[in-house]
Amino acid sequence: MDKNKKSFFKNEGVQAVIASLICVVLGLLIGFIVLLCINPAGAGKAIVDMMKNFFAYKTSSLQLKYFGSTLVKSAPLVLCSLSILFCYKVGLFNIGAAGQYTIGAGFALYAALAWNLPWWLCIIVAAFSGAVLGTISGILKAYCNVNEVISGIMLNWISLYCMNMLLESVKEETSPYTKNLAAVNRKAILPTLGLDKVFGNKYVTIAIPLAIIMAVIVWIVLEKTKFGYELKATGFNRHAAKYCGMAEKRNMIITLSIGGAIAGFGAAMFYLTGIEQWNCSQSSVPGMGFNGIAAAFLGGLNPIGSIFSSYFIQHITEGGANVDLRVYSRQIADLVSAIIIYLCGFVFFMKYVMKKMIAKREEAAKLATEKETAEEDKNEGGENK
Amino acid sequence: MTLLLQYTLFFASVLTLVALGGCFSEHSGVINLGLEGIMVIGGMGGALTMRYIAEHFPDASAFTIIAMALLMAIVFGMIYSLLLAVASINFNADQTIVGTAMNMLATAAATVIIKAINTAKNSSNVSSVVEYIKPKEAFMIRIGKYFDLSWFAIITVILLVVAYITLYKTKFGLRLMACGEYPQAAASVGIDVYKMRYAGVLISGALGGIGGLSYITAGVSEWKFEDGVRGFGFLALAVMIFGQWKPMKIALAAILFGAFRALSNVREAIPFLASLKIPSQIYVMMPYIISLVVLAFTSKKSRAPKAEGIPYDKGQR
Repeated sequence: MDKNKKSFFKNEGVQAVIASLICVVLGLLIGFIVLLCINPAGAGKAIVDMMKNFFAYKTSSLQLKYFGSTLVKSAPLVLCSLSILFCYKVGLFNIGAAGQYTIGAGFALYAALAWNLPWWLCIIVAAFSGAVLGTISGILKAYCNVNEVISGIMLNWISLYCMNMLLESVKEETSPYTKNLAAVNRKAILPTLGLDKVFGNKYVTIAIPLAIIMAVIVWIVLEKTKFGYELKATGFNRHAAKYCGMAEKRNMIITLSIGGAIAGFGAAMFYLTGIEQWNCSQSSVPGMGFNGIAAAFLGGLNPIGSIFSSYFIQHITEGGANVDLRVYSRQIADLVSAIIIYLCGFVFFMKYVMKKMIAKREEAAKLATEKETAEEDKNEGGENK
Repeated sequence: MTLLLQYTLFFASVLTLVALGGCFSEHSGVINLGLEGIMVIGGMGGALTMRYIAEHFPDASAFTIIAMALLMAIVFGMIYSLLLAVASINFNADQTIVGTAMNMLATAAATVIIKAINTAKNSSNVSSVVEYIKPKEAFMIRIGKYFDLSWFAIITVILLVVAYITLYKTKFGLRLMACGEYPQAAASVGIDVYKMRYAGVLISGALGGIGGLSYITAGVSEWKFEDGVRGFGFLALAVMIFGQWKPMKIALAAILFGAFRALSNVREAIPFLASLKIPSQIYVMMPYIISLVVLAFTSKKSRAPKAEGIPYDKGQR
């Protein structure tokens, strides 16, 4: 009985969940303290309102509708976080996901508005363009030794300005926004399979199940295939991988192009619902890709975990609109999620502490029963990455 | 033409200051991706100070305004950079995640704080804009009829020289750089690596804070903090790499990048460029493209500090 309990905490997955929960709780707590500093009277209510999100609405049909909008915005976030975690498992930090998302959004909209393509072709165009951008980063990394974080950051801004220029040609005459997708090209709107009726929200489409399917695919590729194993081996030690006969340069490029394709795909999943039009004069890269970093790490770098973490982040972001706007601003949700990501930086440290604690306890238990195997556990517990 | 020169100087001094900040941090061994966030927070400190002085001491001298605004920008920047220092030096956190989080946190925090202050003053004001029309004039020196020289350009030149001397001619600077190259070797001769890395990050916080203040006062007299600093922190990182982590080269790179940025602002005023009808986005994009191309050709023999981004492990061999 006692032994079972120990192995439960020893489980990597359990430790990851505990670490993520600590981040969330601490993040909310710090957010609460900030609110207290601004205005002590309504701080408690504001945090509750933010956590409630759509539950704040009275009728169940309205609740369902706003649950739907949260889901619509979670789908692209799941995909961005998948893009980042896929690359991270191969030892690459794909900060360029934001740019790959941007370029995916641009080409999805351009394909729909200028070329009148149907939705599935728009998705392919978007994923392909994201993949091209990822490949550029990959080639620069593999052959020119340019750090993927630096090239990613540069490409983020380059793609923002390129897309602003490209979409200029399909924007409304009187506003900086692109034309209304539903009015210009109905075929480009993602099919709903009746999901819109279920939620009473026309923006709920197949994007949501597709995002979940994608998460499962990424998990299978990484954990259950030889291809995924090779990629991860490259991530652990590229020189060792090369020595074992793996094409380590090719693996890096492929990884970043897959990451790019996933992020571009995510952009299509959002903009092809018609929920938002692109602002051709926007001066900052869409935050979705950066939030993806948050979701990936909060999800414990597990594809299935990132479904939940993405939903959580989107849930509090949407909930941020519910706070009393006369006292607080809706950006408190951004604040809380930024604090949570910051805390995610400490996850490795938390796991290290947890492992140490377990090792210590086991050692004590074993000493008590006078077993000689204590030495081995100590080695295991003190293992440093 | 004077306008072009004026804007080039504006942007070049911002980029030099922030890139020098990055340079100090990286030479000590910590990658500072949070420069963008540090700029926002430093700028916020300076902007709020300027507004406060304008409201409460309308006849403060120009010197007082400049000194106080700079001081607060430095203090805010340094305090904010502690987030990076503590996480990466004491807790061995992943510096890329922490830096990214700091950028997101800065914009969100600045927006929340300024909205709260604005709303407390006037309940119908829910914007994140800080105005500083009057105090901003303190930063300008008019030369001739049209040319405005900003005090920041002068401050930048001074700090550039100071940074160069500190890094290459003082014991402190050489020790700092040793910590970014081979921290274990530095430790073996009695240098406290943790202290040095703290110093590097805090200096980058101070310089980033001044840079943020100089950016939000460049050409405009109010700032909407929801926008952050529009990627200038990242551009400064590019300047730093382009300048191969060396102060003088950084200054040259900053002038080049600043000129392109300035062109996008003033191209309408120059007949030749206006007639070319190149969209402003092209000019804005140029610095990023140039640095990417240059990086592609020069990164094989990178001059980056060897130990940057790697948490210091005392026992490592």
